[in-house]
Amino acid sequence: MVHSFKRILLAAGVLALGVGAAGAATLDDVKARGALNCGVSQGLPGFSNPDDKGNWTGLDVDFCRAIAAAIFNDASKVKYSPLSAKDRFTALQSGAIDVLSRNTTWTMSRDTTLGFNFVGVMYYDGQGFMVRKSLNLKSVNELNGASICVQTGTTNELNVGDYFRTNNLKYELIAFATIDETIKAYDSGRCDAFTSDQSQLYAVRLKLTNASDHVVLPEVISKEPLGPVVRHGDDQWFDLVKWSYFALVDAEELGVNSKNVDQMVSSPNPEIKRLLGSDGKFGEAIGLPVDWVARMVKQVGNYGEIFDRNLGPNTPLAIDRGLNKLWNKGGLQYGMPVR
Amino acid sequence: MTTAQNPVSYVAPTDLLKPEPAPVSDRGAYGWARAHLFGSVGQVLLTLFGILVVLAVVPPMVRFFITDAVFIGTNREACLPETVGRPVGACWPFIAAKWNQILYGFYPADERWRVNVVYGLGVVLLIPLLIPRAPYKRTNALAFFGIYPLISFVLLTGGDLDMRSFVLGWIGLDFGVTASANGLRLTFWLQFLVVTLLAMASGMALAPVFGGERRAVALGILKAFAVVGIVMLAMDFDFGLPQVETRQWGGLLVTLVIAVTGIVASLPLGILLALGRRSELPLVKYSSIIFIEFWRGVPLITVLFFATYMLPLFLPGRFTIDGLLRALVGVALFASAYMAEVVRGGLQAIPKGQYEGAMAVGLRSGLMMRLVILPQALKLVIPGIVNNFIGLFKDTTLVLIVSIFDLLGILRASFTDPAWATPTTLFTGFGFAGLVYFVFCYGMSRYSMALERRLDRNQRH
Repeated sequence: MVHSFKRILLAAGVLALGVGAAGAATLDDVKARGALNCGVSQGLPGFSNPDDKGNWTGLDVDFCRAIAAAIFNDASKVKYSPLSAKDRFTALQSGAIDVLSRNTTWTMSRDTTLGFNFVGVMYYDGQGFMVRKSLNLKSVNELNGASICVQTGTTNELNVGDYFRTNNLKYELIAFATIDETIKAYDSGRCDAFTSDQSQLYAVRLKLTNASDHVVLPEVISKEPLGPVVRHGDDQWFDLVKWSYFALVDAEELGVNSKNVDQMVSSPNPEIKRLLGSDGKFGEAIGLPVDWVARMVKQVGNYGEIFDRNLGPNTPLAIDRGLNKLWNKGGLQYGMPVR
Repeated sequence: MTTAQNPVSYVAPTDLLKPEPAPVSDRGAYGWARAHLFGSVGQVLLTLFGILVVLAVVPPMVRFFITDAVFIGTNREACLPETVGRPVGACWPFIAAKWNQILYGFYPADERWRVNVVYGLGVVLLIPLLIPRAPYKRTNALAFFGIYPLISFVLLTGGDLDMRSFVLGWIGLDFGVTASANGLRLTFWLQFLVVTLLAMASGMALAPVFGGERRAVALGILKAFAVVGIVMLAMDFDFGLPQVETRQWGGLLVTLVIAVTGIVASLPLGILLALGRRSELPLVKYSSIIFIEFWRGVPLITVLFFATYMLPLFLPGRFTIDGLLRALVGVALFASAYMAEVVRGGLQAIPKGQYEGAMAVGLRSGLMMRLVILPQALKLVIPGIVNNFIGLFKDTTLVLIVSIFDLLGILRASFTDPAWATPTTLFTGFGFAGLVYFVFCYGMSRYSMALERRLDRNQRH
């Protein structure tokens, strides 16, 4: 009985893989369908969340819109599948979505054994700390002897222990079952610091009674590189998604943005000429027209514009760009050259 | 009557004692309070405890939801204590800003009138159906249970199902025609016509074997196919409405679609299953038992999860069923198993004499059930049936785990909008959701009580 059930599951798995492999030419499928199927989160502030009009917005959402702009010259041709953390990988494996743009941490096991390819790092996240401004702290290392609020059962809980022990700092962990309980405890003053991934800290700050009284410390104590994911087995599609990301970063580096892109097409700068397709036919190598980058930047903006629109200083989140600055401005965002 | 010839022997004096009012301790507000609130030491304690609970709960709620609440604003700034300059309660502008999503989910703005028509038509048809005195019950019921779902389907999805093959096409017989008009494919309707004729012919051929009359059987089959054909025609016809995928549905729309489908489907299915379980035919009996026990034995979450993520793995190739439809079928089957047991309870409460009496007047078993047993049994279990309905209505919130955004799901997604993140957004949203669920469930509960009183009028013990 057990054996036969296992066999059924195995057969189902093989079938699922077969289906995945059968749709190898993802770009053709997307073009035939007339829309990109994009997996996003069921709600993560600034990354993918519905706005007042019911449109999905956010950093992860804008990346899908950029790909749609490159393929269809219409950023609105995206169908969103809001996925829970549990079923995001099933959805990608089964072919229900073409790209998973859902704050997914790039780890070795996911990149290899699960059968996925990570295209890059849209957002360098990491575990950080939030404290009250009145404490006048500048660094995590000044948190010696602090009580720290954390959600129990998360990697955050383990990371804090590791970090404080390694650095010989005293600490007291106060753990809660849910994130909302943790926020409430911190807000009522039960702990000196609140720890979670930085992107979440900024979102949590908005829910505190007096958001401006709290500050997120600059350092991170763990690596959480979040990036878009595609299936194994279609290298052309992998290239397309990967270079869409690189091109967005390159556009920011070269000063090409949604407002000046029409003038920039005639710029004498050879790098800009190659990027925007006035020199060479780089888009064709990934099955797109030569003006693919111009389309993306014009409709969605370059990486910096996307970041600022969703997370930047003029949004309620006001996330510091930190590690997500360009490589030549002290960050890690580095677009490979289009050449 | 008194006359001079026949004087009656006794005439009551007209100056009778006037009735005294009840003693002060038994009447008025004082009497009522004495009898109901302060009758004994225990009662006094309970009353005091009750007053304390009310005092502890009600004023803070009024303060949060009304006095301290913010009613006007365009973004989170309006609901921040820093801006308002006092502690802030509920942030109602959040609900106002998300109102369209609460009602329609991600349904495209230009097409929302279709949802409004479905909502409006539903109310117009349902209210006279629920009022016992309203006329034309048969027509009304037919409209609500037969035509309304079809109209709703076409309006909400956009219709134009693009049906390609009917039975014959599955075995490769598609007549090789590709013509189509208004979303209708000639090959499909040719196949349908041929199948209808085949069914009628075989019905006529087999009729004598089962003792039926050829003409009547053929006519019956024709009628059945005509009904199916009309339904399919409506769903297949291109009315020019843009298609709206069910993944764009959400909010109250999805909650109501799931709840109403579950409620409407579970009652007849449940009755059939309950009758099946009491049947004397072993095949019917045991398949009913297996069905009921299986569906009662697994949690609804498992059913939804299986239907959404496991089923596609077992289905061949690119054959897919719509995600919402899968959840709908899962919920309906699940609810019908519970309903079956409620109805069975009612059937068991009917005394044997009723069965025997019905048989004695010569009723066949179908008629006996329809005319004698079920009307009594169902009346007995109205509280249980409505209990199931209410439970089902609230269980619809579970569809969130399979990425269907019902009322609660859409609110949860809205909580993550940074433009509205405030300390009280979460509580405002949940408070509002609670109110909506309460209105629906309490409505159902009150209606069932009124129905019970009406049906029970001549039988009160």
